[in-house]
Amino acid sequence: MNENIWILMSGDAIAIATTLILAALGALFTERSGVLNLGIEGILLTSAISSFLAADASGSVWLGLIVGSLIGALLASIHAVLSVVFRANQIVAGLALVIFGTGLANFLGKPAEGKTVTTVIKPISFGPLSDIPVIGPIVFGQDIITYLAIALAIVASRYLFSTRPGLELRATGDDPATVDAQGLSVARIRIRYTMIGGSLVGLGGSWLMLAQSAGWHQAATTNGLGWIALALVVFAGWRPMRIIFGAVLFGFTLQLPFTLQAEQITFIPSAFLEMLPYLATLIALIALSRPGSRNLLGAPRALGTPFVRDER
Amino acid sequence: MSNTSHEVAQGPHHNSGAASTALSAHSIDKKFPGVLANDSVDFDVRAGEVHTLLGENGAGKSTLAAVLCGLYQPDAGYLMRNGKRISLSSPRAGLQHGIAMVHQHFRLVERFTVSENVILGSRDLPFRLNRRELNEKVAAVAESYGLPIDPDATVGDLSVGQRQRVEIVKALYQGAEILLLDEPTAVLVPSEVEKLFENVHAMTAAGKSIVFISHKLGEVVEISDRVTVLRNGRVTGHVPGRGTADTKELARLMVGRDIELNAQRATHATGHEVLQIRNLSLSVNDVSVLTDISFNVHAGEMVGIAGVAGNGQRELADTIAGLISPTSGSVTISGSMTTDRGPVQAREVGLAYVPEDRLGMGLVPSMSILDNLLLTRDRQVVVDRISVRPEAARLIEQFEIKANGPDHLARKLSGGNAQKGLLARELSGGRGATKLLVVCSPTRGLDVGAIETVRRLLNDARSSGQAILLISEDLDEVLSLSDRVLVLYRGAVVHETAGETAQLSQVGAAMAGLSGGGR
Repeated sequence: MNENIWILMSGDAIAIATTLILAALGALFTERSGVLNLGIEGILLTSAISSFLAADASGSVWLGLIVGSLIGALLASIHAVLSVVFRANQIVAGLALVIFGTGLANFLGKPAEGKTVTTVIKPISFGPLSDIPVIGPIVFGQDIITYLAIALAIVASRYLFSTRPGLELRATGDDPATVDAQGLSVARIRIRYTMIGGSLVGLGGSWLMLAQSAGWHQAATTNGLGWIALALVVFAGWRPMRIIFGAVLFGFTLQLPFTLQAEQITFIPSAFLEMLPYLATLIALIALSRPGSRNLLGAPRALGTPFVRDER
Repeated sequence: MSNTSHEVAQGPHHNSGAASTALSAHSIDKKFPGVLANDSVDFDVRAGEVHTLLGENGAGKSTLAAVLCGLYQPDAGYLMRNGKRISLSSPRAGLQHGIAMVHQHFRLVERFTVSENVILGSRDLPFRLNRRELNEKVAAVAESYGLPIDPDATVGDLSVGQRQRVEIVKALYQGAEILLLDEPTAVLVPSEVEKLFENVHAMTAAGKSIVFISHKLGEVVEISDRVTVLRNGRVTGHVPGRGTADTKELARLMVGRDIELNAQRATHATGHEVLQIRNLSLSVNDVSVLTDISFNVHAGEMVGIAGVAGNGQRELADTIAGLISPTSGSVTISGSMTTDRGPVQAREVGLAYVPEDRLGMGLVPSMSILDNLLLTRDRQVVVDRISVRPEAARLIEQFEIKANGPDHLARKLSGGNAQKGLLARELSGGRGATKLLVVCSPTRGLDVGAIETVRRLLNDARSSGQAILLISEDLDEVLSLSDRVLVLYRGAVVHETAGETAQLSQVGAAMAGLSGGGR
C-alpha cells in the first residue's frame, strides 16, 4: 500500500471539505432564518467563474475571492427578494436560481473554458511542523481559507447559541411571529442572513476555483457540491460544529473511489462508492422538501414558510 | 344611560384617592375596510387596578387593545400616559412607555428555554449572553410577582398555564407597567385560572395596571375593579366591577338585549341507547391515547365530554366517526357495529359529525354551501344540484346563516355562520335520518349571538330525540348543556356526573388530573 496516496487523498478530502464547510455554513445561516435556498449549486458555479475572471484579470487571488463572495451575496439577494418580499415558493425560487446560476456561469465562462488558473492560493507554511509524517501534510499543509472555514464554523456556533443576534436569528427561523411581536423586522433579518449565507457560499465557490481547480470547466468544477452542502446541513441538524465533521466525512467519501482505484482495490465497485454521497444527498433533499419530515429532522420550524403578519 | 353608570363607576375610586390614571385613550376611532371597529372610544386604567374590556367577538375590544399597545395606530383620537400625550408607532414604542400585551396566542418560541424567550427582543441585552446571569435575572423578576418558573425549562415542555406565566414574566422583564391580557383564561383549566388571578392581584398590589380582555361574565365580575363594555365598536357602559356588578346587566350591555345563556336541559325521559362504546382503547405509535373507555348515549340525551385540549377528545370523536380504527374495543351506533367500518358506514347508520376544525375537516372552504351540502347527500355519479338547491335555501333560512344564497362560498362565511352551516348539513340528515350527533367545540370562537343560536339548535336536536355527544373544552358549555358529564384526562374517563348536579370544582379538579375519581 502506498502511504503517499492516502496522504494525498486526505489532503484532497479536506480540500473538498473546505468548500463544503463554507457552502453548508452559508446554507445554515440562510435556513436558520427560515429561508430555504436550494440555489446553492447555482451560486457556487457563478461565484467560481466570477472569481476566476476577476483573479485572471487582476492577477490577485484575494480580489478573486472578494468578487466571488460579493457575487454570492448578490445572487442570494435575488432569492431573498423573491422569497421574503414576494413570498414566492422557496423551493421553486431556489431551483430557478440553480438554473439561472448554471446558465450565467456557462455564459460568463465561455471565453474562459479550458483556461488554466494562473494565480493560486498557496498553503501556509508551518515550517518543520509540515514535515511531521502523515499528520504534517494533512493538518499543516492547508491554505488560509481552510483554516478560516473551520474557524468560521466555530465562531458561527458561538454566534448562534450565545449572542443576542444569534438568539434573534434562531427565533426568526423557528417562530417569526414571535420575533415580529417583539418589534424586530423578520424581513430584514431574513434578507440579511440569506445574503450573508450567499456570500459564504460564494467564498466556498471561489476558493474551490482558485485553490483547487486547474482551470475552468463548467461541468466539472462543482460536481454537485452545492447539493451535498444542503444535505450536510440536514445531517448536521442545523448545528455548525457538526458541519465540520460531516464535511470531512463527505470529503473522504468523495475521494475514496479515486484512491481505491489507484490502489487497485476493486472488491467494491468504485461507481457504487462514487454514488453514495449523492444518494445520501438525494435522500436528505427529499426529506428537506417535505414539511413533515423536515420537522422530524429538527429543522427550523418556519423553514421555507413565508412570514405574513396576520391582520385582524 | 352609559353616562350615569360612568359616574357610579368612578365614585368609589375617587374617594380612595391614591391611584392615578396610568393610561387613557380619548375618542379613539379605528376603521377597517367596511367596519368601524372603534367608534370614539374612551378608556382609562389607573395604577394598581384591573380594568376589564368586555364585549363579544368583533365588538372592538381587541382592536382597542391593539391601539393601546401600539400594534394599530388610531384613525382619530389619542392616548395619554401619566397625563402626557403619547403616540405609539409600534408595539416596541408601546413597550418603551411600559405598555405590553400578552396575546391570546402565545408569542413564544417553543424550542427556546424560558429565559431565552423572556429576553428575546429586549433592547439592552449585551452582544454576548451570559446564560447563568440571565437565568438569575429572569428568575428574580418571576419570583418577585409570585410567578415561579424554571428559566432553563424548554417552553415546548410547559403546560399552557406555565407558558402564559412565561409571557407575563416576559412583559414584566421588559419593564411593563401596564399589561394587556387578551382573553387570558380562554386556554386555562379552572385551577390555572385561580392561579392567574392570584398573579394578577400580586401585580396590581405592586402598582401595575392590568387591562383584562374577556367575554366571560363570571370571571369578569370576579377579577375586575372596573368594567368597560363594548358593542359594535362603541362603549355601551362603564360599570363597577367586583362585588357590585350584575352579570345580567353586563350581558345586556354586551349584547344589546336580554339573553338567556343558560340553555334548558332536556326534561323528557331519554330513550334507548344510540351510541354504545365498549372498552375502547387506542394507541398511536405505542403511546396510549385512549384507555378503556366505555359509555352510552341515549336517544334524546346530551352527554358532555369535558377536558383540557389534547387529552384524547379529538381521537375519541374521530374513532366514533369511523375515521380512526381503535386498537381494541367497539363502537356501536343504533345497533350496528361500526368499529373498523369506516366513516361511510358510520354515517349510513345515522351518525352526524361536526368536527372541531370547521373549515378543514367540516366544510370544503373553496366550495359553495350547496356543494358542501351535497357532500353528505346520496352519492350519485352525476351531482344533482337542482333538486338540492331548494333544500339548501331552506336550511340557510332555518339555521339563520348569513349568506348570499346557496352559492356562497364556505370560506367566505364568518366563523359563526360556517358553524351554523355545518350544523345545518349534519342535522338535516345525510344518507339516513340522523340518530347520533357528535359535536366538537361547537361554539369555539363564536360571538354570543351565534353561541346562543348554536346551543338552541343542539337543544332542538336533542328534543327531537337525537342522541348528542358534546365534546368541548368550554367547561361552562358542557356543564350548562349536558345531561351527563364525563371528564377525559389522559385518554381515560376519570369522572362522571349528572349535568344538573355537577360541581364546577370537582369537574375542574378531574380535568386537571387531581380527582380520586367519581366513577
